[in-house]
Amino acid sequence: MRPRRIVLSLLALCVALSPACRGARGQTDLTLAGSTSIQPFADKWAEVFMETHPDYGVNVQGGGSSAGIQACRSGACQIGMSSRELKNDEKDLVEIVVARDGLAIIVHPSNPVRGAKVGEIKQIFAGDLRNWKLLGGPDRSITVVTREEGSGTRGAFQELVMGKTRIFKGAITQDSNGTVREIVAHDPYAVGFISLGLVNTQVKALDLDGASASEGHIRDGSYKLVRPFLFVSQGEPSGHAKDFIDFVLSPEGQELIKKAGLLTVR
Amino acid sequence: MGTVGRGARNRLERNDRLVRLALLVVAFSAVSVLLIITVFIIEQGTPIMFKYGLKSFLAGSSWYPSEKVFGLWPMIVGSIYVTLGAMVLGVPFGLACAIVLTEFSSKRVRGVIKPVVELLAGIPSVVYGFMGVVILVPFIRETFGGPGLSVLAASIILGIMILPTIISISVDSLQAIPPSYREGSIALGATKWQTVKMVLLPAARSGIIASVILGMGRAIGETMAVIMIAGNAASVPGSLLAPVRTLTSNIALEMGYAAGEHRQALFATGVILFVIIMVLNTVANVTASRMKGGRRG
Repeated sequence: MRPRRIVLSLLALCVALSPACRGARGQTDLTLAGSTSIQPFADKWAEVFMETHPDYGVNVQGGGSSAGIQACRSGACQIGMSSRELKNDEKDLVEIVVARDGLAIIVHPSNPVRGAKVGEIKQIFAGDLRNWKLLGGPDRSITVVTREEGSGTRGAFQELVMGKTRIFKGAITQDSNGTVREIVAHDPYAVGFISLGLVNTQVKALDLDGASASEGHIRDGSYKLVRPFLFVSQGEPSGHAKDFIDFVLSPEGQELIKKAGLLTVR
Repeated sequence: MGTVGRGARNRLERNDRLVRLALLVVAFSAVSVLLIITVFIIEQGTPIMFKYGLKSFLAGSSWYPSEKVFGLWPMIVGSIYVTLGAMVLGVPFGLACAIVLTEFSSKRVRGVIKPVVELLAGIPSVVYGFMGVVILVPFIRETFGGPGLSVLAASIILGIMILPTIISISVDSLQAIPPSYREGSIALGATKWQTVKMVLLPAARSGIIASVILGMGRAIGETMAVIMIAGNAASVPGSLLAPVRTLTSNIALEMGYAAGEHRQALFATGVILFVIIMVLNTVANVTASRMKGGRRG
């Protein structure tokens, strides 16, 4: 009897597990996937949206900008999230700018250097400018901190600052905004780049070309490092997707991200 | 009565066969998992190696996957540096500890120290990494300069992480030496240290070598702690204080967003790691089995 019981319970386990996976998917009406930079804000939107619309299920997934755009095209999700501009071969999708995010160049608060030209930042990350002295700081070599290949934040930095120039190989590489900030907060000679919304008192954001990293300077165009947060969909969004996007763009939805340090679009 | 007895017996035999079959399936599932992993990694990882040329893949010094430049040389060198560093720190320390535990300490001291050393193995690697970030990295930065996230930091933390492996296997192989070896040596007038140096260490040699190789495997395979403290720059480090990226960090760091050829290149990184670890394990198994054979003879 006993071996049969084992076989039976194994079978029961298989049967019990398979509909569990299906069930979770069945309850979701709307799926968003893509940029991990947008994900925390999309989670917030989804949470508040579902409070006011209890009959909706909104599921937010990460995966990165490129994966999100792919998923949107293949129909795996209704809305893709991208924290970089669409490439030419992706332009067939409809894009909606839902927020904008500044990119801050951060240093240790004790660093006497207050600002730099974008060109100088480019030289630092290219590995050509290696000492703080050349920027009016102490005679110490610069610890350059960057993000890993494939990251949307690195992609935006590459596009906005570096252009075709490569970030040099000796740069310390971290896989999240948080760890970049952590390193810069503890190393008096480090420099890195993170999302403007994540700058806190542990680090100092440099002025670029004379403009401080503030909302006003981003709005009047004098602070240049800004990237869009995009929602993309196949064709004009309709049904659930449209309701959700309308909420995101409403004053209530925009207020949520303003509190989190992002720039509103309305 | 007789027929009923035979029926019950038949049923028992059938159950026996069923159990044996079930156990066989379980045993083979472990083997097949290894097989699936091997096939999967090789199938995913090798095409890109041949597409861009094995030589440029292994010896190329630049890693820019978004521009389709895949050179793993800095990571291969990085893994070797960090592992060697861990060996330089961990092996003498671990061996010394093993000798003290088996030859120069009372049973009571051994009863305290050995379990504590084995507890070291149970600490999750993320905790080692965290300790490294909070204590070791600032210390290195303030004492020696540089960013602190470096070959040195990774070597020290890995050196500590491999201690339990080296100590416990070395202790086992030292304890396995027949008492007659020690007695004979002492009877010939050798001191305790001479006995250790000239009789016991040579006798336990293959066990000690196996412990070193297993420690090496652990150091090469470690990922989490290394990502946190090594700095992960994809360049061949110019000094002990420069940041370094290992093969394992390369995979874990970029897995999140990798797609297409970038993803395949990470699988190729896995293939190389796989080959290195297979070689190390085989060497360890061979030396360990030679150790057993030697003792019997």
